[in-house]
Amino acid sequence: MSLSAPSAAAAAAVASGAASSRPNAIRPAAGLRFCGLRREALGLRSSPQAVAARRSVAAAATAGNGAAGSGGFDYDLVIIGAGVGGHGAALHAVEKGLKTAIIEGDVVGGTCVNRGCVPSKALLAVSGRMRELQDEHHMKSLGLQVSLPGYDRQAVADHANNLASKIRSNLTNSMKALGVDILTGIGTIVGKQKVRYGKVGFPDNEITARNIIIATGSIPFVPKGIEIDGKTVFTSDHALKLESVPDWIAIVGSGYIGLEFSDVYTALGSEVTFVEALDQLMPGFDPEIGKLAQRILINPRKIDYHTGVFASKITPAKDGKPVLIELIDAKTKEHKETLEVDAALIATGRAPFTKGLGLENINVVTQRGFVPVDDRMQVMDADGNVVPNLYCIGDANGKLMLAHAASAQGISVVEQISGRDNILNHLSIPAACFTHPEISMVGLTEPQAREKADKEGFEVSVVKTSFKANTKALAENEGDGLAKMIYRPDTGEILGVHILGLHAADLIHEASNAIALGTRVQDIKFAVHAHPTLSEVLDELFKAAKVKAAGVSHSVNEPVAA
Amino acid sequence: MATAPAPFSLSASTVPARLRAAAVPAGTRGRQPRRGRMVVRAKIREIFMPALSSTMTEGKIVSWAASEGDRVNKGDAVVVVESDKADMDVETFHDGIVAAVLVPAGESAPVGAPIALLAESEEEVPLALAKAKELSNGQPQQAAAPAPAEDALATPPPPPTPAAAPAPVSAGTKGIASPQAKKLAKQHRVDLAKVTGTGPYGRITPEDVEAAAGIQPKPKPAAASPAVAAPSAAAVPQAAVLPPVPGATVVPFTTMQAAVSKNMVESLAVPAFRVGYPIVTDKLDELYEKVKPKGVTMTVLLAKAAAMALAQHPVVNASCRDGKSFTYNSNINIAVAVAIDGGLITPVLQDADKLDIYLLSQNWKDLVKKARAKQLQPNEYSSGTFTLSNLGMFGVDRFDAILPPGQGAIMAVGASKPTVVADKDGFFSVKSKMLVNVTADHRIVYGADLAAFLQTFAKIIEGPESLTL
Repeated sequence: MSLSAPSAAAAAAVASGAASSRPNAIRPAAGLRFCGLRREALGLRSSPQAVAARRSVAAAATAGNGAAGSGGFDYDLVIIGAGVGGHGAALHAVEKGLKTAIIEGDVVGGTCVNRGCVPSKALLAVSGRMRELQDEHHMKSLGLQVSLPGYDRQAVADHANNLASKIRSNLTNSMKALGVDILTGIGTIVGKQKVRYGKVGFPDNEITARNIIIATGSIPFVPKGIEIDGKTVFTSDHALKLESVPDWIAIVGSGYIGLEFSDVYTALGSEVTFVEALDQLMPGFDPEIGKLAQRILINPRKIDYHTGVFASKITPAKDGKPVLIELIDAKTKEHKETLEVDAALIATGRAPFTKGLGLENINVVTQRGFVPVDDRMQVMDADGNVVPNLYCIGDANGKLMLAHAASAQGISVVEQISGRDNILNHLSIPAACFTHPEISMVGLTEPQAREKADKEGFEVSVVKTSFKANTKALAENEGDGLAKMIYRPDTGEILGVHILGLHAADLIHEASNAIALGTRVQDIKFAVHAHPTLSEVLDELFKAAKVKAAGVSHSVNEPVAA
Repeated sequence: MATAPAPFSLSASTVPARLRAAAVPAGTRGRQPRRGRMVVRAKIREIFMPALSSTMTEGKIVSWAASEGDRVNKGDAVVVVESDKADMDVETFHDGIVAAVLVPAGESAPVGAPIALLAESEEEVPLALAKAKELSNGQPQQAAAPAPAEDALATPPPPPTPAAAPAPVSAGTKGIASPQAKKLAKQHRVDLAKVTGTGPYGRITPEDVEAAAGIQPKPKPAAASPAVAAPSAAAVPQAAVLPPVPGATVVPFTTMQAAVSKNMVESLAVPAFRVGYPIVTDKLDELYEKVKPKGVTMTVLLAKAAAMALAQHPVVNASCRDGKSFTYNSNINIAVAVAIDGGLITPVLQDADKLDIYLLSQNWKDLVKKARAKQLQPNEYSSGTFTLSNLGMFGVDRFDAILPPGQGAIMAVGASKPTVVADKDGFFSVKSKMLVNVTADHRIVYGADLAAFLQTFAKIIEGPESLTL
């Protein structure tokens, strides 16, 4: 799960979003919105009773974990992996009256809570304040006088670690309180609806489950040629412990993880060199946001970068030599340069953690480690057929490697196995990067939207607003930033929203909810925003958008209820 | 962010100086054969890289909206500049023809550097082109030609230089520089190949680059003091605003003039005092006649003499930065006040005590040329440890200089005039005598210190043989 994902608290929010399909039923058919659902889902929805009957799941949701598994199974649902995805699924399963167990071989909370989003937010909270206190110009313009801000590395590291333990115990307690059985060990699928678990090499206990969810997550991906020593060459796992603050650190990979760490390290006094294989930094972002991000987050800071290069070999510091990074051209593979730095953080993405799951026992072949799934997160076997009663969510399926996406997928699966068909709309899942200022996005980028528009023959419009036009941002002296919305002028459908600016990560949800609920611009523009708040940035966007067919909300592309 | 010194912000001192004398004849010479020339020069305007934000130190040209040969009107957007904050259209303030683009799209230039030349009419285009050629020839020369001299000169302070230099630079590491060091080097136009790294593994650190650029390391512990200084500094200029005079023309300060104004007001916070001293210059004048053909100027002789005297009185070369301590400078860098068009700048003769007068003269010539072209780099006008101001050529017999911020003392030199003097035996004779007047910061330099320094200085001037050594 990406470091950018918010903590487990998001799970609850996503849960309510995904579960909110019900209110649709009371709306007139013509105005039907598919809250996070794709249209195809509807065909199956027409006969919910049949599905429910087939699965004979206790329809009457009882408080607490379900009673003894029905139909001779030990459990209604067994989840392998107690990360944010597994946790979200477990909580929702209990709500649905399923007898649920979760198997965890390491610590509850998974990557996000222990080695990802959560501790990194603690470090970023520190870096944000340091950055502000060190910015004399900023302080002076607020009339504040601060002398010599400094920090205690160990105390900062402790803050991150304490936060992780706290969230971990919150997570554990929430599951215990609901009666979810937490089984310790490595889970292996030994056959249809059968799981063994126990210590590595001693899978002594075998249980049966009506349904199984694989939620084993991911581990940092380390390209070959890179030698990790955990001290001078390391991944985010080590970096979050903040055992040292090097003078000069190379960050290999300029995605979310790399960018967030560059924010932390530069605020704490390090200089940073990015090594990016693609031709530009922050390749995943909307280009306009990326360009501005470079101006705000890279150029004025103690950061330089090499793009279009691979780090073909990285040797940790030893024998009185610094860390050596050999760079080769990404295209020609020719040696370009050797960097000498004090440390290297490998942030080249994450690899699924799916070894030892026993997938071979059920004829499932992973693709680059990822478990192949269909739209409903049902695992596909080597022949392309759905494996019944087996699902895979989160980083292990690779659809969208974000903690809250995993949780949303888990909830979607639980909805299905408790008799309501559900397909998660991944385009409504927001993502955020917690730099200072933050970056957030939902839906399509502008080039993606234009490509889609070309293919499908519709028009695309873009509106933008600057944080400089927002009263609250100016009051905070944080006018740097941009918000843009990509939408269809013919229907008012929101295709994507991208924000770079103060608290962007918190602001995106109005847009992601609108996308999930199918709210159109011409409707949401009448929603009232408190003044003065940052939320008015989005209000500006909605009000600036020009929808041609305002008031007439039917069009060819409008989904029609079956 | 706010580390970059604004251009000219350190140019101080009040007095127009020697350069004007040098500049005027040059102008007159040009005027006699072809009368129009001076006027024409004024009609070719440089378009400068604008400062688009308070933190901008250089800008990148995104694109030229006007190309060479285009006629533009006042207010037209001619170029799109990418600053640290945004892309902005930059308008021209004058009508004219874009004669030459000096900085093509995609390249960067520091704030204040000329990026294009604007000719007022067709006839001036060839002249502008010639000027453009001159400018572009000037730049590489400035970067490369004075290199051997600069090695010793422009790379002044890093104390561990000579010992550490040979190995790391030549040993194939090719002077690895940290990201911030590279940024600063670009900003201050420091050649990294000439900087010796003092960081881990011989790496060039930001501090090394700042030292090479002649930037005083930020006095970090002083962070508390601005709290006290700021209100008083802010209060003074405010008090100075007078009601507007009806019918008067108001001309706003240029950047350079604003910097001078700021420095002058700041000087009020320093308790300064003055000590004058008469010096007989007959022998100096004799020496000057001898070395003049070799390109040595009076300015250089005086600077050299001052530097030699400072070497014996380091406290006069010191400065008081925080009101609590002496900062003794490791180098003796003599700033010399020079009047240039509509302003004042203080090019710095670095290590004036160590270099001989011929080398100093060579450096001085380069500095003056750059000053007139407004191409001085920050380290070439802001690294002075002592300032010399000479109004003697105008016949001024004595005057009083204002102490520039960050220095301990400034010397004001008057004209040398034949004067009747009586020697100790009562014999009268006529000798050339000049009055020098030194202003110093009394927090660190006391009366006796200054007197002793002046005595040494007078001895050197009166027995100037040592100047040629």
